[in-house]
This record gives sequence, structure tokens and C-alpha cells, in this order.
Amino acid sequence: MSTQNIHLERNAFGQLLLTDADGKGHAITPVRAFPIAAPTENIGLINAEGAEVAWVARLSDLAPEPRKLLEEEMANREFMPVIQRINSVSSFATPSTWDLETDRGPTTMVLKGEEDIRRLTSPALLIADSRGIHFLIRDRYALDSHSKKMLDRFL
Amino acid sequence: MNSAHTAVLPAYSDYLGPAVPDSWRPLLDKALAADEKVLASLGLDLDKTLQFRSGLVALTDSRLLAWDHQTENWQSWSFREGLSLRHRDHAGVASLELVDAHARLGGWRFTLAQDPAARNLSDRFQAQMECVLAGREPTPPEPLTCPTCDAPLPPGTDECPTCAREIHTPPSTWTLFRLWRFAAPYKGQLLAGFLLTLVATAATLVPPYLTMPLMDEILIPYQNGQPIDTHRVMMMLGGLFFAALFAWGLGWAKTYILALVSERIGADLRTTTYEHLQGLSLEYFGGKRTGDLMARIGAETDRICLFLSMNLLDFATDVLMITMTAIILVSINPWLALVTLVPLPFIAWLIHIVRDKLRYGFEQVDRVWSEVTSVLADTIPGIRVVKAFAQEKREVSRFRDANARNLAVNDRVNKVWSVFSPTVTMLTEVGLLIVWGFGIWLVSKNDVTVGTLAAFLAYISRFYTRLDSMSRIVSVTQKAAAGAKRIFDILDHVSSVPEPANPLHLPKVTGAIEVKRVGFRYGNRTILRGVDLNIAPGEMIGLVGHSGSGKSTLVNLICRFYDVTDGSIRIEGMDIRSVPVSEYRRNIGLVLQEPFLFFGTIAENIAYGKPDASRDEIIAAARAAHAHDFILRLPQGYDSLVGERGQALSGGERQRISIARALLIDPRILILDEATSAVDTETEMEIQAALENLIRGRTTIAIAHRLSTLRKADRLVVLDRGQIVEIGNHDALMEKQGAYFRLYEAQTRKLDDGAIAAEKPRVPFHREHAPV
Repeated sequence: MSTQNIHLERNAFGQLLLTDADGKGHAITPVRAFPIAAPTENIGLINAEGAEVAWVARLSDLAPEPRKLLEEEMANREFMPVIQRINSVSSFATPSTWDLETDRGPTTMVLKGEEDIRRLTSPALLIADSRGIHFLIRDRYALDSHSKKMLDRFL
Repeated sequence: MNSAHTAVLPAYSDYLGPAVPDSWRPLLDKALAADEKVLASLGLDLDKTLQFRSGLVALTDSRLLAWDHQTENWQSWSFREGLSLRHRDHAGVASLELVDAHARLGGWRFTLAQDPAARNLSDRFQAQMECVLAGREPTPPEPLTCPTCDAPLPPGTDECPTCAREIHTPPSTWTLFRLWRFAAPYKGQLLAGFLLTLVATAATLVPPYLTMPLMDEILIPYQNGQPIDTHRVMMMLGGLFFAALFAWGLGWAKTYILALVSERIGADLRTTTYEHLQGLSLEYFGGKRTGDLMARIGAETDRICLFLSMNLLDFATDVLMITMTAIILVSINPWLALVTLVPLPFIAWLIHIVRDKLRYGFEQVDRVWSEVTSVLADTIPGIRVVKAFAQEKREVSRFRDANARNLAVNDRVNKVWSVFSPTVTMLTEVGLLIVWGFGIWLVSKNDVTVGTLAAFLAYISRFYTRLDSMSRIVSVTQKAAAGAKRIFDILDHVSSVPEPANPLHLPKVTGAIEVKRVGFRYGNRTILRGVDLNIAPGEMIGLVGHSGSGKSTLVNLICRFYDVTDGSIRIEGMDIRSVPVSEYRRNIGLVLQEPFLFFGTIAENIAYGKPDASRDEIIAAARAAHAHDFILRLPQGYDSLVGERGQALSGGERQRISIARALLIDPRILILDEATSAVDTETEMEIQAALENLIRGRTTIAIAHRLSTLRKADRLVVLDRGQIVEIGNHDALMEKQGAYFRLYEAQTRKLDDGAIAAEKPRVPFHREHAPV
């Protein structure tokens, strides 16, 4: 089914329903194929069994309404806080508790070991905390100098 | 922290789950009715839009309460028919949704740190509501246990005190002192070494002292016209010689003793680290790279050893020498001594400044170095893939990049480091200059003799050269401390498959396994949930499902390579976490898809699980595994060496050796993890025959991608996305036309029909489909 005629609505359970060409409804979950490298492209609409029902090559191809629903749903599902500032760290030896400002508000996280800081395609970093949350640093060189200094000690 | 409240507030009296955060108590208390009791609560750390923000969901004996940030008030749902809580998690965020038959009533989001609390809340919600609606008295719930170590949690918390401490406390910065644990057994030698150092240092201080009388009583009087007293000269020169000889002998003894001790400390450290490493769970090895671990055990322990035997020893000698020299100088002339010692604080200050910069610089150097070795460890085992895809150039450039990073970091450290030594040398020169100047002034005022000045200069020129070498201790200490930290990182790591504190011992194992409501989470992915399975002694179970459905995970949990996140696995009615790990594993035989053969003879490899097996036992096992014949065909028979990964043998041959290995330990429980999927069909049939000997009379859990290999299973368990969807034997499941039927159909359709169904004759693909 082509991207243009994707029809979506939200049901009483808060699920997204996709109506396919035969008029059949599927409860779907949008999944980004490249959540970090290309978040607005290649989005799979997956049904409850994990099978792909439809594919959105580019979000911009969608009509405004389903696009809004999809974006809403993904924003609600995906959780990868972007670190904007590192206020302080409890120690430079791990495990270390970091006090952070993120795009999701201020929080703290526990870094279990340096190997939990993964280098994505430079300059991005992905940091997994002890709870399993992944924090993203989009550009480690663009952080303020205080944060950079803190981060540098762990790299 | 909760106990105080428990005493005051009856509203929380039979409270077993995580505590209501203190900041929420006043608000919650206001919302509660007079005789209402809080049964469970869930402190939220995210709001609906996934912003970090605190919130609360509470379960009381009659309803569910949740704080609404928009209306700034409590939302409340009384128990009624059809309500249920749905608990889900995805990518590090879990959600709890309250639904009835028609719609979603409410939903809350939280991080996985709150997951045990949420599970507790939803379990109790279900139990409480059922009881209230049926008018029954609710049964008191079981106390929560720690997901990591299975110890019961103290009431009112959701964090195990021991496990939380391990996660949150960083290792002390005085890591090097922790090495004392390894030095303690050598206390005697260390003391002897220290005393020798003391005396040897004192002996080296004699020669400069003798310059004083040589100058004042012999040379200067001679210049003033007096003859040289040959006897005195001989005495003094003799004294100089014997002091040197004495210092030489003692120096040799102390260096030898201390080097001996430090080498032993290093060896102990290495063995202990390796021993500890062997005790860690697979989870740890999954998260680490081989190259990094190898560097830690090899290079870091060596560096620490070198530090102890060379640098620390030198430093101790230097400190002794400086102290003694200072005492001697003060006793000769306090004023001149004062001037001589002036540059010392400056140097100490300089050392202090550079310390911080260097310390983390060297840590970085280490980490980058592991990165370089990791590239090697990644590519060398995968060399066939690299060559097959002609990516040698790319791998070289990857190595070059890692090396370039190594260079960059080293350059940065060296920038600071290179300023350091010349600065110390310069300060030394300046110090000498001051002493010369002040000394000449004192001589001119006849306060000191020329001999005293000469002795001072002799002393401090040694003194300052020692300071120069002492400054090196900064960097080596930092390096050694960084190394020690990385070693203790391993040593401090508590196995996520801990040995039980009060181990129970297994009775005779019959092979009955009970999997009870097992859930497992790896990182932020839920892999298994709510798996229930009872396996009878001697039964053969086939695990079936798409890849990623959790088959291997379930098997790993049964082997206790990992510990379950929820629920329990019981053998003979005992939780496997309460039995010593090695005692439990002795009952398990494992045959893997990729059999790993260690370097050694075939006989040694077969006897790996039972090193004291007799030759007859080994041969019997090999016969039963259908390996005997091909082993005899090898030029050295059972004594043939198999290489690093058994390179000289075929996949089927290696597999049969690993089957013999499992047979030899005669386990009650047998696990076959894709034992035949890496080989062709013909070999598979040979292996199947070997396996049949192995399976007989044992509880067997087999995973196979080819469903036809599981025909003999008593029961097939179909897993899908971490849950059991069907159980039954082949025929029953085929009849049911469910998930198994679909899997089977897909396979028979997809694969060459001859290869899959053993009954049919094998027809080569091209011939069957070729147009006639």
C-alpha cells in the first residue's frame, strides 16, 4: 500500500488503527528503522504479531493528519533523552552518578562502566545507564566546556 | 526508612512493596478515606509526555489512585468488573495501563528502575480486586525478593541494600592501598627489605660527610703550606671505599628481596583476577571485549608489579635519603640547610599541579590502548570474513584510526609530561645556585668552612637528582593506580549468578525441572515473560520458535548462565539459585551448535568435564558418540592434537567429540542447543545416531531449527516473542494448525523437500526441478 493512502485513527484503547486497502483494521505500532541516523525516514508500521503491515519511506510523504498521529505515537513510545548538559558527576571512577540536563528535563543516571558509553558515528555518543535507559549525545563537541570536560574523563 | 512511618501510620501497616516517597505522603494521606489502607504504590519518574517528573500511583484496599499533573488532583478508580492493569515495556520505558473492556482509562510511564514496584502493584491490584469483588478475605502476599540476588527485600523498599551498594558506590581513589590485600602474606620479607633499605641508604650518605674533613683538615691546610698526612688520607679513603662496598652489598640484598616479593604479589594478583573472572556470569563476558580483558590481566598486572618492585622501592629509598640528608644538613649548619631546602616546596607544588592532568591522561592512554588491542581481537578471529569480502584495507584503516587516536591521546599527555622533567632539572640548577651563593657569603663571613660548603654541595647534588627521579613517581603511581583500578573493577564485580549464601545441597537428581513464571530481561529488552513449564524426569522437550523467540535464553537460564529476572527455576523442588553453581552444573550436559575444542589431545577434550576419567571410559564415551571410528583413523588416534578451534576436524567430527564429552560426565539433564544445525544432512544423521545414545534415560531439552530433528521429542514447546504459545507432541500440534503448524509448513515449503523429510528419498534440487 502506498504511503499516500495510509489511513490512521486512534481507538478507545489509545492504539493506532491502520485501515488497509480491504478495509480491514490493524492495531499498529510505528517503528523507526534508523532511530538515530535517519529518524524521519523508513518507518515500519508493525502489527501486534510483529509483522510489518505498511512501510513509510519518508514521514514527509504522509498526509498531515496520519503524520501527526504517527509522530505523536513515536514521541510517546520512544525514549532516548538527549543530554544537553552534564551538571556534575559523583566520581570519575565508575560506577558514577551523573546529574544531567536533558531534553526530557533534569535527571540523574548511574553509569556502570566506561564501556556503556558507545561511540556512534562521530560525533554522537550513546550512553546506557544502570536502568537500561539510553541517553544520546548528538554532538559531543557541541556541549558546553564544563560538560565536555566531565565527559572527556570517561572517554 | 519506612519503619518509622509504619509505626505511626496504620494506613500503611500491612505494606510490603516499595515505600511511598516521602514527598508524596502528605498528598496521599489527604486523599485516603478514614479506614483505607495503602497496599502498594508505584513512584513514577516520568510523566505522560515522557518528561522526567515525579508522580505516584497507589493501590488501596478499595481502589486505585493516581496523581494527575494537569488537574493537580487525584484520579481514582474503584474496583469493578472488567478492570485490569496492563504492564508493558519498550526501550527502557515501561508503561502501566488501566483498561476495561471498552477503553483505556489511564496510563502511566516510568523507567525500568520502577519496574519491580509496578509488577508488585499490578499483581496486588489483580489479587485484591478479585477478592473484593468475590467478597473474600485477601491472602497476604509473598514478600518481594531482589531480582539480582534473590534475597527477600526489606519491607517498604524496592532495592536490595547489598546490590544497590554495589551499583552506586564508585571505587575509592586510594585504589593502590587495596593492593595491601595481596602484599599482606609477604609482611616478613617486606619488613626485612625495608630495614635493608634504611641501612643501605644510610651507608650511601657517609661519603659526602667525609668530604668535610678531607677538605678542611687536609686539602686546605696543604694549600696553606702544611704537608699531607698520608695516614689520615688512607683512613678516610678507606672509609669511603668501605661505605661504598657496604652500600653495594645491602643495595643488592634489598633489591633482590623486594623484587622477589613484588613478583609474587603480581603473580597472585594475576591469578586471583583470572580466578574471579572465571566465576563471573556470561552476562559479564557478553559486555566486555576479549582484547580489553586480556590487556587487563596481562599488561596491567605487569605494570603494577613493575611499579612495586622498581618505582615504589626507589621512591621509598629517596624519601629515606632526603629525610636523612635533611637531618645531617641541619645538624651541620641550620641556616645553610634552610636555604638548601627552600626549592623543595616548589617542586612539591609543581608535582601536585601536574598530578591531576597526568592521572586522567594516563587512564585515557590505557583505554585507547585497549581499543587498539580490541581491533586486533575483533578482526583476527574473523579473518575469513575479512578476506572473503576483501576488506583488508578497511580493517587496516580501522586499525590505523585506533592507532591515530592512541597517538593523539599520547601526544596530549606527553605535552604536559615533557614540560615536567626539564622544569625539575631547572629548579635543581637554581637550587644549587642559591646554595653556592649563600654558601660563599657564609664562607666570606667565616660562618662555615669551605669543607662544609663542599659537603653541602655534594649532598644536595644527590638530593636534587633524587628529587628529579622522585618526580617520576607521580606518573608511575598514576599509571599503576589506573591499572589497579581496572583490575579491581574486575575483582569488585559481583557475579550476577551469585553463589548462595546458605547453599542447599541437591539430593539425587532425577531430572525433574520446574520453570515457574519465569521472566528475563537483558538490558532494556524483555526476552522472556511468564514462562511456565514442568519437565518430567527423562522427558525430551523440543523448544521451537523463530530466532529471537527466547529459546536459547530459556536454555541459558536453565543452565544458570544467567539468573531469571522474575519467577524461579526449580530442580527436584529446589530453586537453582539456592544450590552451589558448580554442584548444579555437574548435572547438566551441554552440546552447542559450535563445539569448542581446547588446544590439547582428543582424549583430553573428551575428558574435559571429568579430567580423571580412565582411558576405557573415554573410549566408551567416544564409541557411544560414534566418534571412535574416525578418531582411530587419525594418525595419532586419541592422542591427536586438535588445534585452537579444532581446525583439523570437520564440523560433524567436532560435534561428535563434544557429544562424547557430554556423555562422559553422565548428566541427568541434557541440553542440545542447535546441536545439528551447523552440519549437512548426512552428518546430521550420524550425529542423530550419536545423540540417541546420549538422550536415552535423560531429561533432554533440545533446540533445533530443523523441526524434523525434534520428531522424537515427547513434547514440543513453541515459543513466540518470549512466551509459550503451544505445548504438545508433533502430531497434536500439527492437528491444531496453530503456530507450530505454520512454522512446520513454512519450513517444508521453503527447504528442499528431500533434505527435510527423512522418509522421502533425497533428490538433488536441480534434478527434480529441471525440465524433462
